[in-house]
Amino acid sequence: MITVEKLTKTFTLHILGEKKIEACRDVSFRVPPGGFLGLAGPSGAGKSTVLKCMYRTYLAGSGAIRYQSAAYGMVDLATLPDQAVIDIRHREMGYVSQFLKVIPRVSALDVVMEPILSRNGVTRDVARKRAVSLLERLRIPAHLLDAYPATFSGGEQQRVNIARAVSWKPRLLLLDEPTASLDQDSVGIVLDILKELRQEGTTMIGIFHDATLLQSVTDSVYHID
Amino acid sequence: MPLHEWPKRNDGQENDLEHRVGYPFGFMDEGAKKEIRRAILKAVAIPGYQVPYGSREMPIARGWGTGGLQITLALIRPDDILKVIDQGCDGSVNAVNIKKFVAKVAGVTVTTDTATATIIQTRHRIPEERMTDQQILVLQVPYPEALREVEPSEMETRRMHAEADYSRMWLYLYEDIVRYGEITISYRYPVTVNGRYITDPSPIPRWDVPKLHMADTLFLFGAGREKRIYAIPPHTAVVPLEFEDHPFRTENFVGKSCARCGATDSFLDEVIDNIQGVRSFFCSDSGYCDKRRETCSR
Amino acid sequence: MQPLIRIRGLTKRFGSGCDRCLDATGPEHDTNLCPHCGSVLACNDLSFDLFPGEALGVVGESGSGKSTLVRLLHFEWEASAGSMEVHRSASGAHQVAEMFPEDGDYSKNLLALSHFQKRQMRNALMGIVYQNPHLGLRMGVSSGGNIAERLLGAGWRNIAKMRGRASELLQKTEIPVERMDEPPANFSGGMQQRVQIAKALSNNPLILFLDEVTTGLDLSVQARVLDLIRNLRSEFNLSMLVVSHDLGVINLLCQRTMVMKAGHIVEDGLTDQILQDPQHRYTQLLVASQL
Repeated sequence: MITVEKLTKTFTLHILGEKKIEACRDVSFRVPPGGFLGLAGPSGAGKSTVLKCMYRTYLAGSGAIRYQSAAYGMVDLATLPDQAVIDIRHREMGYVSQFLKVIPRVSALDVVMEPILSRNGVTRDVARKRAVSLLERLRIPAHLLDAYPATFSGGEQQRVNIARAVSWKPRLLLLDEPTASLDQDSVGIVLDILKELRQEGTTMIGIFHDATLLQSVTDSVYHID
Repeated sequence: MPLHEWPKRNDGQENDLEHRVGYPFGFMDEGAKKEIRRAILKAVAIPGYQVPYGSREMPIARGWGTGGLQITLALIRPDDILKVIDQGCDGSVNAVNIKKFVAKVAGVTVTTDTATATIIQTRHRIPEERMTDQQILVLQVPYPEALREVEPSEMETRRMHAEADYSRMWLYLYEDIVRYGEITISYRYPVTVNGRYITDPSPIPRWDVPKLHMADTLFLFGAGREKRIYAIPPHTAVVPLEFEDHPFRTENFVGKSCARCGATDSFLDEVIDNIQGVRSFFCSDSGYCDKRRETCSR
Repeated sequence: MQPLIRIRGLTKRFGSGCDRCLDATGPEHDTNLCPHCGSVLACNDLSFDLFPGEALGVVGESGSGKSTLVRLLHFEWEASAGSMEVHRSASGAHQVAEMFPEDGDYSKNLLALSHFQKRQMRNALMGIVYQNPHLGLRMGVSSGGNIAERLLGAGWRNIAKMRGRASELLQKTEIPVERMDEPPANFSGGMQQRVQIAKALSNNPLILFLDEVTTGLDLSVQARVLDLIRNLRSEFNLSMLVVSHDLGVINLLCQRTMVMKAGHIVEDGLTDQILQDPQHRYTQLLVASQL
């Protein structure tokens, strides 16, 4: 499904006198369809960098990220034109960051509904039901569904974030420390949801700060140092 | 008679020759007449388009009909029959003065009968009797620019006409309807001529606007102070600006008639007798009224 | 997917120009003023594509040329050079079918059309919202009238229908319909912006230009206007060109962004990439300067 070949990323900070910072070097791994790869390594090793290069938030310096896209066939995400990346992000590839990107005046329910409506082409009612059940499952209290997430606690925000990322059932899901701010029970619920998503065929690559969690949830682990 | 024999005629007007010394036929020099005729031709070729021209000094002041007068003097020939009306009336002071002046400098016969006139110069009215293709109506125009109400700049209105950018004029009418329930323009009602230019038909009442559409007569418009000439040739489409759900309406005289001749089909002036407190209506077109009375009394 | 609008070599020069202008100005020289002839190269050889349904951000500081770019694309100013072509399949393109040659997917160069034709294209395809509502609205005319003006320009001649459309748009932009006959001069800043948006959408434009639309508004008002724009975009699948110096606004509205400096596009790419992994020196400076 996705093969990373000798991915290298170096930041050049022009405004700091052309200082170069190497973020990752020669990262290579393969993830089969429906697989779940964990990225492990010490802080600063480049785990987030790899995910962000795959999502194209970062531009890879060298190397290739070969992805079997449903819409475009075999493509190299590192060099794909912007338009195609936008399309793939919209239709196939999802990303769960550590924190929710708060959009003003959009309720938690709408945050989760939006991706379903825009991607899956279902009616508002269907999208609503799915969003409500997902948020309920993630133990977001009913009275907060219409509230703006800006005022939620970190854990609540992150749960909304996860709901938003999984609600539309992407083919490929990238997870960057999704459970870092969650309590034990919530983590369990999130893992269940991820497992269900995997059963429906979603491929995943994730970073988990908890080593035990990482081992238990993923099929294989790639170490970056 | 040909023009060059006119100065030699002796029909008893030699004693007036002194007054004519220094003036050619029709008061204006040939160069002026030529320029004005060329402006008229251009105006006829582009219906509704305002043609700028060099407006000449006239023996009446600007704002008193110099534009109409220049057109009349440029076109008139010795065998023409002239009628001059002011707000429909042959007897108004200004109409009479202009009529006498043209008669003096061109030697033409004058009349109050619309049917026999070959040139009719008018201020703010079109005669009730339908004019023929052997006649010309010359209208005196104070403000030739239909868009002036929405745009004070001349450069900008010229651009608007050139690019047919008329949405602001339509917007003005929309706002009228929103504010008052109807379009409140009563005279100088804007019309679209030949499907292209929005034109000001001069301060004629709404009643007269339909007479411009597909007429047999040539209509010429002269604005002396503003130095513009424009034209509506015969058989030209002239459509007042209107909306599908707010069509153009003329003045309503239902139930009223002329107190002099009894007409119910002419534009009526309302006259209030302050002493007796009586309100009466009279035909604005005095020639028409006279003719009707004549026919009735016979 | 083919671009909806193709811009190539767009240049705007104020002044007589010389043969050294193009090379003597730009971000490396940190100026758009030519030292040899005194001309200002407000936009210098800009080329980019706008895709259907996308919001493209244009970010840069004062003097970068971003507002000039909008003025050129909206036909307010004459370009010194360059071309602008629209794809044949663009909605509203049928209204101006004569602009498209027999073969090929793209129209003629719209920048070379006559004033009359440009106005037709503008009425059929474009809507614009300015930072200053006085530029985009007639303050002395009712709000409904402002919206109706565009419809009148497109040939609508039925008052009831126009008022119906105006009501619809005012509702969409959350303006009380009872205030349709009031002039925008009576409205608050945020409301005036929303009237501008309603007016810009009245003719179902293909592309919406947003020129610093929330700059100067109170935060809560800004949030409301931005939220409205987001909703309208998804509802009508609008293409938008969003000009702003506020990276937060760009981040919220746009998936792709161009960074301009001294009349040039120094960098363009996915918005999150521009903000998190800026490549060009100037972009890095810009991102680092964000509050």
